[in-house]
Amino acid sequence: MHDIFVLAEHRQGELREVTLEMMTLAGQLAEQSGGKVTAVLLGSGVDEFAQKCAQYADRVLYVDDPIFENFNAMAYVPALAQLIEEQKPHLVLIAHTTQGVDVAPALAVELDAPFTTEIIEMSLEGEKPAATRQYYGGKINGRIEFKDSDVYLVTVREAAVPAGEATKSGEVQKVENPLKGEAGGRRFLEYVEAAVGEVDITQSEKLVSVGRGIKEEKNVPLMEELAKVLGADLSGSRAAVDAGWLPTDRQVGISGKTVKPKLYLAVGISGAFQHVTGIKGADVVVAINKDPNAPIFQYADYGIVDDLFKVVPALTEKLKEVK
Amino acid sequence: MNIVVLVKQVPDTSDPETEVIIDSTGRGIDESKLSFVINDADNYAVEEAVRLKEKHGGEITLVCLGRESANQVIRMALAKGADSAIRLDDEKFSYSDPITTAKILKTALDGLDYDLVLTGCMASDDGYTAIGVALAKMLGLPHAAMVKSVEVIGDNKMKIGRELEGGLMEMNEVDMPCLLTIQTGINEPRYASFKGIREASRKEIKVMDLAATGLSEEEVGEAGSKAVMAQYSVPEVGELAEILEGDASETSAKLAEILKEKGLV
Ligand SMILES: Cc1cc2nc3c(=O)[nH]c(=O)nc-3n(C[C@H](O)[C@H](O)[C@H](O)COP(=O)(O)OP(=O)(O)OC[C@H]3O[C@@H](n4cnc5c(N)ncnc54)[C@H](O)[C@@H]3O)c2cc1C
Ligand SMILES: Nc1ncnc2c1ncn2[C@@H]1O[C@H](COP(=O)(O)O)[C@@H](O)[C@H]1O
Repeated sequence: MHDIFVLAEHRQGELREVTLEMMTLAGQLAEQSGGKVTAVLLGSGVDEFAQKCAQYADRVLYVDDPIFENFNAMAYVPALAQLIEEQKPHLVLIAHTTQGVDVAPALAVELDAPFTTEIIEMSLEGEKPAATRQYYGGKINGRIEFKDSDVYLVTVREAAVPAGEATKSGEVQKVENPLKGEAGGRRFLEYVEAAVGEVDITQSEKLVSVGRGIKEEKNVPLMEELAKVLGADLSGSRAAVDAGWLPTDRQVGISGKTVKPKLYLAVGISGAFQHVTGIKGADVVVAINKDPNAPIFQYADYGIVDDLFKVVPALTEKLKEVK
Repeated sequence: MNIVVLVKQVPDTSDPETEVIIDSTGRGIDESKLSFVINDADNYAVEEAVRLKEKHGGEITLVCLGRESANQVIRMALAKGADSAIRLDDEKFSYSDPITTAKILKTALDGLDYDLVLTGCMASDDGYTAIGVALAKMLGLPHAAMVKSVEVIGDNKMKIGRELEGGLMEMNEVDMPCLLTIQTGINEPRYASFKGIREASRKEIKVMDLAATGLSEEEVGEAGSKAVMAQYSVPEVGELAEILEGDASETSAKLAEILKEKGLV
């Protein structure tokens, strides 16, 4: 019998949606390989999360201990390593999130297991997994081949599969905390919420969003002018925010805001996964980019392949005319 | 406070003129037309190290696995304030998976005396988001990934902020020595000064080949890796946007019309 382990993720009193996605993927893989899905939940007083996981898994291993009240990789890694060594799953799936990337590589070293990250596709041909992940910001795919092993470990890109229906009723097994003592060398202190700015882009009806392609801060006013004729707010990619062209609260994407405007006009943005994940709720997406192969065109409804410094001024004028 | 910073040289994929083309081996890319830069996140890691050095003293050692051309990236970081560098370079390192890459990088750190190791959180080419945390485990150090604020508090302790989804920050205390993977935007990287660039040309870049690492041929590259990238392919593109054709005045006129029709202007 081949078990697939899924690490459950929770934060600030919520089971994270990505955990349901991971369990759904595990369910599909288990069907291919004739295995079972086990959710592994490390938490403190989160019985309701265990129950929720049980609707997607054949079994839930639940370690209920105050040390797991808040996430701490230095506690997760040794605890998971012990559980995996005892229970001998064939495959361990961890979401490629800020928790996952903090845990999985160290766990792979500890287990000495074949390991890759942020896979977008996976199959269990026979018993051996094969996986696809992306390189060069999504411009190229690569196929990962694993050497034979008793256990494989991968992190999975968020939204690689949509969360399915809650069709199972697995058994919740409370297990003793395998971790003895403290988390080595790291202590959780507190969460600090992102500062709230003057404009809440999650509520904006229209957004003109700028990326590294605008090149310099002095080009921001050009974009503001376009935004103004459209009645849109200005947002941007992480690259634009990191460069200091826009305040942090204008960042769209996985580590920024999830937006749902009627119009999202992406200017000089390549369309990295971490960015486009924040615009799934947008109605009409338009992209202006010089590179015809920019991934953003796969997410846009309309595209202009040209130099933004030619298109933006022309568009601003045309919009004034048609208004 | 002695600091080791990992720096990687990567192709500049933000340049719209550079196309990423798979080469004839199917496992590499055609590099002939690409320009190369320091990995974005590593640039921030170097800056953070230099700031810590300015405040707390100590030396900065750079570690890079890369070919001779990577010296350009190393020299720039030396010019900004790093003191010396080690470059790992051997044909046999090719096709290493991220765990094996971490194992190779570790050999450069083994003889060093450090209080802090900084890496980028992600390389823009391979994007494993893994090598820093794997290396921490191999070195037996506590670690934190996705770090966007760093402060030394008292003896051998740091208060760090990890950037989570939605911009939420998770504050942690970490004992030193430790390894942090640095997220972009943590600081504003400086430009190298002319004086710095001049001085950098005199700083040492030590080169380590396979023999110098003490690892065997079986432990590195494809032979030493358990999850190798076997074949690149061009991603299947989803449904593409309707591309508006013409020069800038034509395309912008078309777009203006579409937006008007949809009631968006
Ligand atoms: C943990 C993590 C979280 C992240 N979170 C986010 C996030 O929340 N949001 C986010 O956006 N990113 C995020 N990123 C970063 C993401 O991976 C990309 O690096 C980033 O989105 C790139 O921004 P960009 O598209 O502006 O820049 P680039 O990828 O550099 O793209 C610039 C684009 O501009 C085009 N261009 C250049 N010049 C011109 C011109 N003259 N005319 C027209 N087009 C031109 C180029 O063709 C290119 O496509 C995150 C990364 C990590 C590791
Ligand atoms: N070849 C390399 N040489 C030096 N550092 C590297 C190398 N590859 C990765 N790194 C470091 O590890 C970080 C994460 O890389 P990755 O896990 O591939 O996304 C990078 O930001 C670098 O700091």
